[in-house]
Amino acid sequence: MNFSNLKISRRWFLKSGLIGTSLLAAVGLWRYRQSHRSWSGSIQGANHKLGHLLRDLPSYPREQGPHHSVLIVGGGVSGLSAAWWLQKKNFKDFVLLEMDEEVGGNSRSGKNSVSAYPWGAHYVPLPSETAHTVRELFEELGVIKGYKNKQPIYNEYYLCSDPEERLFVNGNWQEGHIPQVALSADQKRQYQEFFQEINRLKKQTGKDGKPAFTIPIALSSQDPEFLKWDTITFQKWMESYQWDSEYLHWYVNYCCRDDFGAPYDQVSAWAGIHYFASRSGEAANADSDTVLTWPEGNGWLVQKLEEKVQSHVRKNSFVIGIKQHKQKTEVEILDTKNKTIQVWTADQVIFAAPRFIAKRVIADFAQNTDSYEYSPWLVANITLKKFPLQKGEHLAWDNVNYYSRSLGYVVATHQNLSTQSATVISYYKPLDEDTPSAMRKMALQKNYDEWAFEVVTDLQARHPEIAEQIQNLDVWIWGHGMIIPRPGFIWGKEQALRQASVGRLHFAHTDMSGISIFEEAQYWGVEAAKKCLNTLS
Amino acid sequence: MSFVLLLSVFIIATCGLIYELIAGALASYLLGDSVTQFSTIIGVYLFSMGIGSYLSKFIHRNLIGFFVRVEILVGLVGGSSAAILFLAFESVESFRVLLYSLVSLTGILVGIEIPILMRILQNQMDFKDLVSRVFTVDYIGALMASLLFPLVLMPYLGLMKSGFFFGALNVSVALWTLHYFKESIPAMRSLRALAIGALIFLVLGFSMADEILSFAESLSYRDKVIYSKTTQYQRLVLTKTKNDVRLYLNGNLQFSSADEYRYHESLVHVGLAALPEAKSVLILGGGDGLAAREVLKYPNIESVTLVDLDPLMTKIFSANEELVNLNKGSLQSPKLKVINQDAFIWLRQSPDTYDYVIIDFPDPSNYSIGKLYSNTFYRELKKRMSPGGMVVVQSTSPYVAKNAFWCVVKTLESEGFVTNPYHVYVPSFGEWGFILGTFQPFTLATRYPELLKFVSVESVPSMFIFPADMKAPEVEVNKLNNQSLVRYFEAEWSHYLE
Repeated sequence: MNFSNLKISRRWFLKSGLIGTSLLAAVGLWRYRQSHRSWSGSIQGANHKLGHLLRDLPSYPREQGPHHSVLIVGGGVSGLSAAWWLQKKNFKDFVLLEMDEEVGGNSRSGKNSVSAYPWGAHYVPLPSETAHTVRELFEELGVIKGYKNKQPIYNEYYLCSDPEERLFVNGNWQEGHIPQVALSADQKRQYQEFFQEINRLKKQTGKDGKPAFTIPIALSSQDPEFLKWDTITFQKWMESYQWDSEYLHWYVNYCCRDDFGAPYDQVSAWAGIHYFASRSGEAANADSDTVLTWPEGNGWLVQKLEEKVQSHVRKNSFVIGIKQHKQKTEVEILDTKNKTIQVWTADQVIFAAPRFIAKRVIADFAQNTDSYEYSPWLVANITLKKFPLQKGEHLAWDNVNYYSRSLGYVVATHQNLSTQSATVISYYKPLDEDTPSAMRKMALQKNYDEWAFEVVTDLQARHPEIAEQIQNLDVWIWGHGMIIPRPGFIWGKEQALRQASVGRLHFAHTDMSGISIFEEAQYWGVEAAKKCLNTLS
Repeated sequence: MSFVLLLSVFIIATCGLIYELIAGALASYLLGDSVTQFSTIIGVYLFSMGIGSYLSKFIHRNLIGFFVRVEILVGLVGGSSAAILFLAFESVESFRVLLYSLVSLTGILVGIEIPILMRILQNQMDFKDLVSRVFTVDYIGALMASLLFPLVLMPYLGLMKSGFFFGALNVSVALWTLHYFKESIPAMRSLRALAIGALIFLVLGFSMADEILSFAESLSYRDKVIYSKTTQYQRLVLTKTKNDVRLYLNGNLQFSSADEYRYHESLVHVGLAALPEAKSVLILGGGDGLAAREVLKYPNIESVTLVDLDPLMTKIFSANEELVNLNKGSLQSPKLKVINQDAFIWLRQSPDTYDYVIIDFPDPSNYSIGKLYSNTFYRELKKRMSPGGMVVVQSTSPYVAKNAFWCVVKTLESEGFVTNPYHVYVPSFGEWGFILGTFQPFTLATRYPELLKFVSVESVPSMFIFPADMKAPEVEVNKLNNQSLVRYFEAEWSHYLE
């Protein structure tokens, strides 16, 4: 045997290593591109055109517009609710001005050949008795079909179908969002104590005879006994009970991020408790913790509201100035379609837009709006040929991964009565790793590919085969998604100022409550409409 | 020469890790819980490699010849392990024993390889060079494998083909070594023949992997599979023996031609014979046309509307000769109209009413089927029934799943139906339950169509008697927002099958 030439040459080693590595890199890149190209999609909602229009503002022709008794600025849930109330009270001389092509605000929704899907708010809990106008609306829309022993009977097609929620934790999917797997006795005790405390607070009333925590917030007790919790964070409140269970803290933090777009160490304890203790709605035909939902989320409610007031809605009308004169108020509108500026006048104006833009729009607006902080959000709607479920797994309506920074995804076809396999899932993530302004800046710099990569990678952690099923993936970045109830915001000294009208200008927005939910938006919309009607009569 | 041997190290290192990954992936695929499966597979594999390394010291002579034998064996065992495990999954009692035995065997053989190779090379270079080179190449091979497996092998070849492919590579190393060292290996010819045989076996396995996979699937059916297809909605499998045709949907038996008459006669005649004035019948589900066959025995029935989701189902049951014989061509009857749509959606849109409704949906084993047994569904159904009409619902086994059965009863009652539950024995199913929903108290028919094999004036009354072991005390109404039926059904059937 001849072993004369025994050394592998270094060149051979390097060469083959290099070839091998580049081969693998090529395969990897090709795979990525393959999977990358297999779906369509874009960033939605960013109204770039509006920026250009504003730049060219001085060059547009100015026209005198009509006069109306009431003008509503903004077609989100507050504005639409104000319009609904005016209409209901047989008041006819009003117009709702919406800057976009569609109304809805952060209850906007989309639709494709597979399903309708939400771009923001996607459910409403069963309204409690104090939420009068929500119940009234639901009766009108057939969401409430009647009453039995004073409890509303809800339309079954709108009650969230079972199974409602699931959570991936400790290697398994479990039902519900409260981690239940592998708990120690101490952790169980802490859950018990927490929910006992919440239940106690649910039933509390203050010295003023009002419920401690209710929706709308304005009807809640102002007993300092409860309001003191608005000065500390929810995390501090939890710690004051010596609760330290990782799971309990995760759950509470999850709920805060879900409802307020910010973690529990940054929001008011009062707001946090309110989330748990204010929902006392009941149903004759469902459990009290069931929610109402539709494939398009709260977009369904928006559409119904819009249908009711359709003839009063003017879209593509971007209000750029509001000026109160002695007799009437001037409202300057940029007509984004015809590229004209129209000066409308009104007796009363309802400003149903977020407060942070008030300074830019309302002349001589003196309020300081620095304390208004809004959380940026990422929402992605992903159309799938079919959902890649593993053996023995059932999809729920709301699916959450304990280990992800996202809030999980909601299945748009969950309420469907058909057995179609194609579906749309809506993926939610509050951008709360840093301050809202830092996150907004970061979000502006990201392109579609980066967002899509982030979303898909996160989903792949639980559903490795999901990429092959994606047909379309659209992304929506909400720069100012929802108001954050920082400690002191809801019940601080600025509250009265925030809720007061300025002359004949009334406000309507969840900013006035400090939490961004349908019921609060509707409450302030109706309140503003009532103020207009009172003044005019 | 040492170049050849080092290249062998590279290839066998890659192969070795691939076998390990295949076993891990397969175990988590078949048994679930990927973290545990991967972890234990890797542990057992590495430990077995240790055993192999230890055993290598007992080999004293003819090292190259031994190395070649080990290569052939690794190629055969590792290469076909995926196929063996797939085939055995349905039929072997203790799958885990087989799985870990195969993993251990592969591990031991792979563990022997490297020490033997090092000993072959030991006189050819310095010890420090030897160790450094062998392990360098070994670990590069491992990296190669760990990247190839998820990026290329899993998506493009699948587990079984990957196994055969790397098995063949292993055997090629054996052949290659034989070629280079032909002078120094005793019994070289017989070894070469063995290696070529192994290579042919593995290449054959590779090219027939798809057939093996579908054969593995067919093992889960008792009989010969004569037709199988996955549609948008379900997996449809037909099996046949000399005098029995069976239909499976998603692995669940729908009927056996040997005794389906018991099921379908009971489903149709108990109610329909009591409605001599009935003219229109609605069948929801039942795309096999067997219930329709029974309905068409009534001359008074003028129209039958059959709503079944899956067009393929109604298509093969109106085209395949054997199946048409079975349903007597009922789906082609001029009286019958087929609608391929979701029953719930169709029900909400349809304006017509019917005298007799037959609901023959699959058992409520998932949440989308569970909706078709909900109170909301029965409310919509009521609007489609004529005032004197009746509905019959197939409602799973009241013996195995009593809560599920009585849950359907309670749900029908909650929507104002008078319920008349009954049950029959169908040998291929077991004790099976039906519920007749009426608006008035129900009176049994006094005559039935001629030539029935099971239903008769004498046999029917006893069907309505439920012994204590088929009764359930308290159950909930099945609603869209609680899906209690699916929960009962899952709990009871999984308990029964344990």
